[in-house]
Amino acid sequence: MLLAPLDRKLLRDLWNMRGLATAISVVMGCGIALFIMSRSMLHSLELSQQTYYDRNNFADVFASLKRAPDILIDRIAAIPGVAVAERRISVPANLSIPGQDEPVFGRLNSVPDVGMPRLNTLYLRRGSWLTPRSDDEVLASEAFVEANHLEVGDRFDAIINGRMEELRIVGVVLSPEYIYEIKPGDMLPDNEHFGVFWMNEEALSMAYDMDGAFNDVALKLMRGANQEDVIQRLDELLEPYGGLGAYGRKDQMSHQFVNNEIEQNRNMGLFAPSIFLGVAAFLINVVLSRTINSQREQIAALKAFGYSNLEVGWHYIKLVLLVVVTSLVVGIPGGVWIGWVITSLYARLFHFPVFTYHILFSTILAAAGVAATASVLGGLGSVLRAVRLPPAEAMRPEPPTGFGPTFLERIGLGRLMPPVLLMVVRQLERRPVKTVFSTLAVSLAVAVLVIGNFFQDSINSLISTQFHWVQRYDMSLRTNEAVSDRAVYEVASMPGVLRVEPARAVSARLRAGPRSRRVGIMGIRPDSTLFGLMNMDGHETPLPPHGLLVSKKLAEVLGVKPGDTVRLEVLVDKRPELDVKIAATLNDYAGLSAYMDLDELHRIMLEGPVVTGVQMLVDPRHRDELYRDLKETPQVATVMVKQHSIDAFNNTVAKNLGVMKRINLMFAIIIAVGVVYNSARISQAERSRELATLRVLGFTRREISSILLGELAVVTLLAIPLGLVLGKFFAWWMCTAFNQELFRFPLVVTRRTYAWAALVVITASAISGLIVRRNLDHLDLVAVLKSRE
Amino acid sequence: MNASTAAPADTVFAARGITKTYHMGEVDVQALRGVDLDLYAGEFVVLLGPSGSGKSTLLNILGGLDVPSSGEVFYRGRQLTKFDDAALTRYRREFVGFVFQFYNLIPSLTARENVALITEIARDPMKPADALELVGLGQRLDHFPAQMSGGEQQRVAIARAVAKRPDVLLCDEPTGALDVHTGVLVLDAIQQINAELGTTTAVITHNAVIAEMADRVIHLSGGEITGVELNPQTRPAAELRW
Repeated sequence: MLLAPLDRKLLRDLWNMRGLATAISVVMGCGIALFIMSRSMLHSLELSQQTYYDRNNFADVFASLKRAPDILIDRIAAIPGVAVAERRISVPANLSIPGQDEPVFGRLNSVPDVGMPRLNTLYLRRGSWLTPRSDDEVLASEAFVEANHLEVGDRFDAIINGRMEELRIVGVVLSPEYIYEIKPGDMLPDNEHFGVFWMNEEALSMAYDMDGAFNDVALKLMRGANQEDVIQRLDELLEPYGGLGAYGRKDQMSHQFVNNEIEQNRNMGLFAPSIFLGVAAFLINVVLSRTINSQREQIAALKAFGYSNLEVGWHYIKLVLLVVVTSLVVGIPGGVWIGWVITSLYARLFHFPVFTYHILFSTILAAAGVAATASVLGGLGSVLRAVRLPPAEAMRPEPPTGFGPTFLERIGLGRLMPPVLLMVVRQLERRPVKTVFSTLAVSLAVAVLVIGNFFQDSINSLISTQFHWVQRYDMSLRTNEAVSDRAVYEVASMPGVLRVEPARAVSARLRAGPRSRRVGIMGIRPDSTLFGLMNMDGHETPLPPHGLLVSKKLAEVLGVKPGDTVRLEVLVDKRPELDVKIAATLNDYAGLSAYMDLDELHRIMLEGPVVTGVQMLVDPRHRDELYRDLKETPQVATVMVKQHSIDAFNNTVAKNLGVMKRINLMFAIIIAVGVVYNSARISQAERSRELATLRVLGFTRREISSILLGELAVVTLLAIPLGLVLGKFFAWWMCTAFNQELFRFPLVVTRRTYAWAALVVITASAISGLIVRRNLDHLDLVAVLKSRE
Repeated sequence: MNASTAAPADTVFAARGITKTYHMGEVDVQALRGVDLDLYAGEFVVLLGPSGSGKSTLLNILGGLDVPSSGEVFYRGRQLTKFDDAALTRYRREFVGFVFQFYNLIPSLTARENVALITEIARDPMKPADALELVGLGQRLDHFPAQMSGGEQQRVAIARAVAKRPDVLLCDEPTGALDVHTGVLVLDAIQQINAELGTTTAVITHNAVIAEMADRVIHLSGGEITGVELNPQTRPAAELRW
């Protein structure tokens, strides 16, 4: 005999409850799949990132400056803790791409004429490296090349230091420094309008009059070096040369974005599987408790024949573990597959040169361990009951269940309720724990849906606030350096410009005790109509006449509150340093911002009316002429077109959200159907005798269905408000978890989202109710009356 | 022998040549082997036979719970065997009262509510309290099944069956799960309803003593009617002992 008789019973029991077991396995399989997916994705991303950084010598410290002689690099290299110091020239350029009328900007970085850079080395995707001493060849970043449908050999024009030059793409490259290529001042990458390029140093230094000088430096530190100390010493060395403040990896734009993405996944990675495993544990509890109740006589017989309590308990635990095994069979390949799909999406988004999808065996073991633990915990109560059942007592049928008047009747509503309704209400009240958990489980489905759509609501609110109320201009431009405010009038006279306002941004460091951050201080006119200081909740904060208005997040990072004083160290021009009061905070969406009255900023900077940018309203009919004029204006460093930012948002965030919403929808339906179907099947099994009796007494199928489904309807209806509240709570929790320096999400949940969540769950419940209702048609009226249960 | 030869008063049920075969795996079990039977309005009939004699199958067919493999059953001239499921439900709802061996009360409803469950869907029902009064449970209206003895539960079941003023009352071993004392109380209630309301009553039992209270006793054995007796003198249930 291959299988012990008890194990045969196990398999047959499992087969008999295959519907229920499948529902549980699917829910648990989702949890396992999500767990494996998020862990493997996290691991693969971190591994790919780390490998990329290691192989391509991603620097540890970065600094930009105005201009320093080449010999300074030796002193930088001599800073204790520095392993490698590399200088280069990095400049912005205005590009003219064939077939692209809109303004396109680039950053040109130098590479040594001979040999390779030692830090932030490039990975050649296709084409070839630069020919030594060539002055018209560039290597272009892959993201830009792809977004603009360019190829190796294509040419484009660039205005380099005021002179139009034709450049030729000889190679397509990747750089660990530009995993995300973000134009300064933007919130998200816009690869169509911004790209990074590498040129021979000699060509670049000639064009920018930087012969024998550099304006950008990167450092690799020795193991165990004190980064803060190195940064401080580097700042001291660079200060006379217009240093803009050195910073470590954690403030490096691209690194920050990649890490931000990884962190978000780390947060989500534990949350979603917990929901599924929790629901699965509950379902196991319900099903096992029912199974054991209906097998009282069998348990008694087993014990009477000498099976020990341990053997009986282990028998039922094995039943649970078999369900776990089935869900692992579904969940592991599912998780590996989704993990691979999503991780390769990320790999493409990040342009990792080498991407390996890697699953640790320990991840799979952990998934199995967590699933088994949750399931056994779910079933433990029922198993213990089976273990404790004395054989003699188990031989007798379960005592009739005691019912009493419910709460609704005690408060006098009983008379108003017909018997059928009383049956529903009393059934629910007699099993309060089961009712509460069923309700909770269904409400989780509602909550999952609320969260799925909450991100959409939140992003919509972010987009509408950011692009309608904060950036009220259509276009803004930045200059390479501060220029006279006459430039504002020049821009005003360009074709199609309806209205202009000056902008002055100053690189600075804010210091509060030991904490400090590099920020751009933006000078604003108190009567500005093109820029709004909006809070997440939609109200506008007035510009304080004196002192700084800072992002709430910046105040948090610095550990200051309104009324406190911070040290303001300006990093450009005359580099004044002074104490400034934090006048107020702004609960904004992105970045760490600081604003100040424009006149006060001029006073601090000891300067006349200069600007570093212009914000404008534009007549769209003249847009192309305006683009042409701006392209030919040498002082213009970058142009930001609001519509491009909106498009970038929609192309990246919105696209990902769409995928996430569909996944959430699927998961919510699985939970709702799983819970409702299980509850209905169990109720049906527990009450088949009652329902058959009613059929014999002349009740129609519809009438007995309403008794069975009435319970489910009550549970579903109770679950919906609870789920909406729970959803809002999870949304709040995620807003808190995702409250990062780069982005913050407003807690906005629209009525549409609530209605959608409720509707989907009601529909899913109704469908699973109907599936079970079909079983009622096959109720064996005669058999069920023959014997007592 | 056949049971359709008695006085042709007002015929409620007329069964002709009914057979019933159950397919139990690879074996066919013949529960009824060609039964002819008439039941008349207002009479009290006991179907007596050992277990496996086919009496429950016969009762289930009369009650519209089961259909015969062959043969015809007429209820007041209408051919029951041609009813579809919905018609059978309607038939049970309007004309039949059932009493089961194991009461089959709804545990989550009180005595009154168990009865009300049926009176709500009936056309001309008694008040639930009146029906319970009829079986001597006027004082136990608001008790739940778990709070009552087996005899009391069975009497609630009888009240539930008669509250809709059914045309026929079908009882399947109503005292099978009860001791003598409570069994007698239950039979007394059934007898009283038969007498006072004139409900045609059929009781299934394997207990020959109970046959003494019937107007007519039909013996079943091996799926056939083996004899019909008319009781010249019916005994009140209260006098029965077994």
